[in-house]
Amino acid sequence: MIYIIQNYWQPLLYSDGYEMTGLAMTLWLLVISCAIGFCLAIPLAIARNARNPAIWGPVWLYTFIFRGTPLLVQLLIIYTGIYSLDFVRHSPPLNDFFRQGINCTILAFALNTGAYTTEIFAGAIRDTNFGEVDAGRSLGMSQITLYRRIIIPGALRRALPVYSNEVILMLHSTTLAFTATVPDILKVTKDAYSATYDPFDAFGVAAILYLCISFTLIFTFRKAEQHFLAFLKP
Amino acid sequence: MLSLSGFGGQIFAGTLTTIELSILSLIVSFAIGLLGATAKLSKNRVLNIIGTIYTTLIRGIPDLVLMLLIFYSLQIWLNDFTDWLGDVQSYVDIEQINLDPFTSGVITLGFIYGAYFTETFRGAFMAVPRGQLEAAKSFGMKPGKIFRRILFPQMMRYALPGLANNWQVILKATALVYLIGLTDVIKACQNAGEATFRTFFFFCIAGLLYLAMTTVSNGILMLLERKYAVGVRRAVL
Repeated sequence: MIYIIQNYWQPLLYSDGYEMTGLAMTLWLLVISCAIGFCLAIPLAIARNARNPAIWGPVWLYTFIFRGTPLLVQLLIIYTGIYSLDFVRHSPPLNDFFRQGINCTILAFALNTGAYTTEIFAGAIRDTNFGEVDAGRSLGMSQITLYRRIIIPGALRRALPVYSNEVILMLHSTTLAFTATVPDILKVTKDAYSATYDPFDAFGVAAILYLCISFTLIFTFRKAEQHFLAFLKP
Repeated sequence: MLSLSGFGGQIFAGTLTTIELSILSLIVSFAIGLLGATAKLSKNRVLNIIGTIYTTLIRGIPDLVLMLLIFYSLQIWLNDFTDWLGDVQSYVDIEQINLDPFTSGVITLGFIYGAYFTETFRGAFMAVPRGQLEAAKSFGMKPGKIFRRILFPQMMRYALPGLANNWQVILKATALVYLIGLTDVIKACQNAGEATFRTFFFFCIAGLLYLAMTTVSNGILMLLERKYAVGVRRAVL
């Protein structure tokens, strides 16, 4: 294990000399996909609770498909599948986009976490106390103000514990990135394994790194919960 | 366009492998989960600590990393073990035990999701009212019988939503076993796609098959939930 750490600490942590690898890559994947997923989820969660089936129907279909299939299949469809289509290869912008493993990975991860986050936020919006909405309306708030001031802030607070779970699951899902040739922690340790044939030590290093990230995330979210959910303290 | 180009049989076989794998891993992790929950709730300090370390470590490490770690290491440990046995008892000729991806898939998935089941069962065990167990004890039931007649049926009602969730996760996690070389739906679809140059179409088939599996199991789980909720009075609003 010492040998692997001595020889691979640089690619494991930030760079192999050419591009960003290892821990930095994993964190970047996690942050960018969670950020896109989050931005996607808020409007979709509002649409999911709409009364018109033409609005909530497509959102339901999206979350149903992306929550019902494994992320690996989604990644394979986006990375290998879409690029095998003729019209994608013949249109330069699409070709450029889908040829890069990292673009496909981020797209797949963001769509996947977006679907889960949409359902989490939609549930939280559904749980909004009717009194809060009535109070807002009685103050003459417009629909947009009502959402911006009352419903969304409350729902995000209530969704925080569940959302923290989703972020940690997303961290675990980023390990799939190596199937699209993205050099994350697991890719580097796989290289280390191929060089040393010592699976326990190589993957053990990866496990320790992921464990550290998991614990940091758990700690951060606990602090965030203490801050944002302070009014719920007994 | 929509023909399977003769790959239907392979894809069907792959789907069966995936279903078998997920059901077997469900059984393994169910058993580990029950043991783990008992260990975590027991009064024995050592068992408590082992249970806590198990669930914390396993849930903190991504399943794919654990799977690669266990899959590759298990074979080496087994080899070392058989070598050692061969050294100790040189008169017994011990062959090398080879683990195929299916068996190690079941073992690793079971071991990993056992941790998630442990937490689900722990919560459910704690939700069963204490008086139920005390009443059973006062009737002179033995611990085994209390578990079988009182604790387990009531615990299942609280555990089912969590179990349903875990089952969906296991079903989707079986996709990872493709990465350690098992011929499952994904592998079959990949073969078909590469042979016919229609990768997109065949991966979509894999996705649809998974979607069908999750939808069907959702329905079954809803029926089960109804069965275990028999005798629970719901508030009518």
